[in-house]
Amino acid sequence: MANPIAERAALRSPLGRVRGLGSAKSGTQAWWMQRVTSIALLPLTIWLVFSLACMAGASFGEAQAWVARPLNAVLLLAFLAASFHHSAAGIREVIEDYVKPEFARMGSVLVVKGVCALLWLVSSLAVLRIAI
Amino acid sequence: MATFTLPKNSTVTAGETYKAEPGAKNVRSFKIYRWDPDSGENPRYDTYEIDLDKCGPMVLDALIKIKNEIDTSLTFRRSCREGICGSCSMNIDGLNTLACLKPIEEVSGEVRINPLPHMPVVKDLVPDLSQIYAQLRSIEPWLKSDTAPPPDGERRQSKDERAKLDGLWECILCFCCSTACPSYWWNGDRYLGPAVLLQAYRWIADSRDEYTGERLDALEDPFRLYRCHTIMNCSRTCPKGLNPAEAIGKIKQMMVERQG
Repeated sequence: MANPIAERAALRSPLGRVRGLGSAKSGTQAWWMQRVTSIALLPLTIWLVFSLACMAGASFGEAQAWVARPLNAVLLLAFLAASFHHSAAGIREVIEDYVKPEFARMGSVLVVKGVCALLWLVSSLAVLRIAI
Repeated sequence: MATFTLPKNSTVTAGETYKAEPGAKNVRSFKIYRWDPDSGENPRYDTYEIDLDKCGPMVLDALIKIKNEIDTSLTFRRSCREGICGSCSMNIDGLNTLACLKPIEEVSGEVRINPLPHMPVVKDLVPDLSQIYAQLRSIEPWLKSDTAPPPDGERRQSKDERAKLDGLWECILCFCCSTACPSYWWNGDRYLGPAVLLQAYRWIADSRDEYTGERLDALEDPFRLYRCHTIMNCSRTCPKGLNPAEAIGKIKQMMVERQG
């Protein structure tokens, strides 16, 4: 919480401070997509863990052949998209909860989004190069 | 960063102990947070030993007994002593509740009493609630309608429409829930908190109100509404048994619904 004494010294009324810059008129989409990706990740994660467990002890060639199968490649791409979107959204929530001031918060959210987007691109490219 | 530890001048030190009168059989200790803004000293915990045979059953009875008979400087808010005014909300035995509704018997051992957490303290057990009152004011908690009421009577509601307000109108604004919410602790300047969001939903759910959309617009914000992470401390702590987390969930549901 901000320093209440410094805030009082600013002499702005509590109502003025609370109304602040008004509502951002957004947030629902981000919240909803976090729920949607978490639900999508349930079957996708079970499928991935099950498939990887079945491939225990497989050779490099066999693993490549598994990724190259169209159904596996599509599901892997879907898993990567959902999981990186979900992690970016989750870490963003944590940052927005705890990081202050405003520029540090915005900066770190941008870094997290950028890193997640790059990792998503790199991992998807890897799948595509094997599959196509 | 969010502040996780107490600043130096807020560290609580050990205070005085007021012994029970000799001959008292049913003695219980009350360890109470004391802070005087005029003294310049750190807050302290004073311990008062009370003979429960000569005291009413609730924690508020003990506080009043202490103020009347042992230490008149003990400061706390109270009014109705029956759980309807919401004045005596404080943290008792680690849980926010109303002192007037909390039986001493429910606490085992020493009764620890603190002001509502993470609010600026005015004195002893009295927190500064001006921000939270302003937040309540900001959601405009009154009926807003462009249609004039019928000239010959009240605005009518069906029984089903009225039933939607049950579990909402009972809130007495003690703010036990908001001050129990970690999201409100870290971002109370922007997040409205469970008590105020429950009040917002009370008017969103009211069939007579015609400003539902505007009310949702005002809440559609990553901080005002979406700092709620369904931690559920609010519903656990509510001394009236209400469920602010459910009200917030219903607001989020309506937000998604209107996106089509």
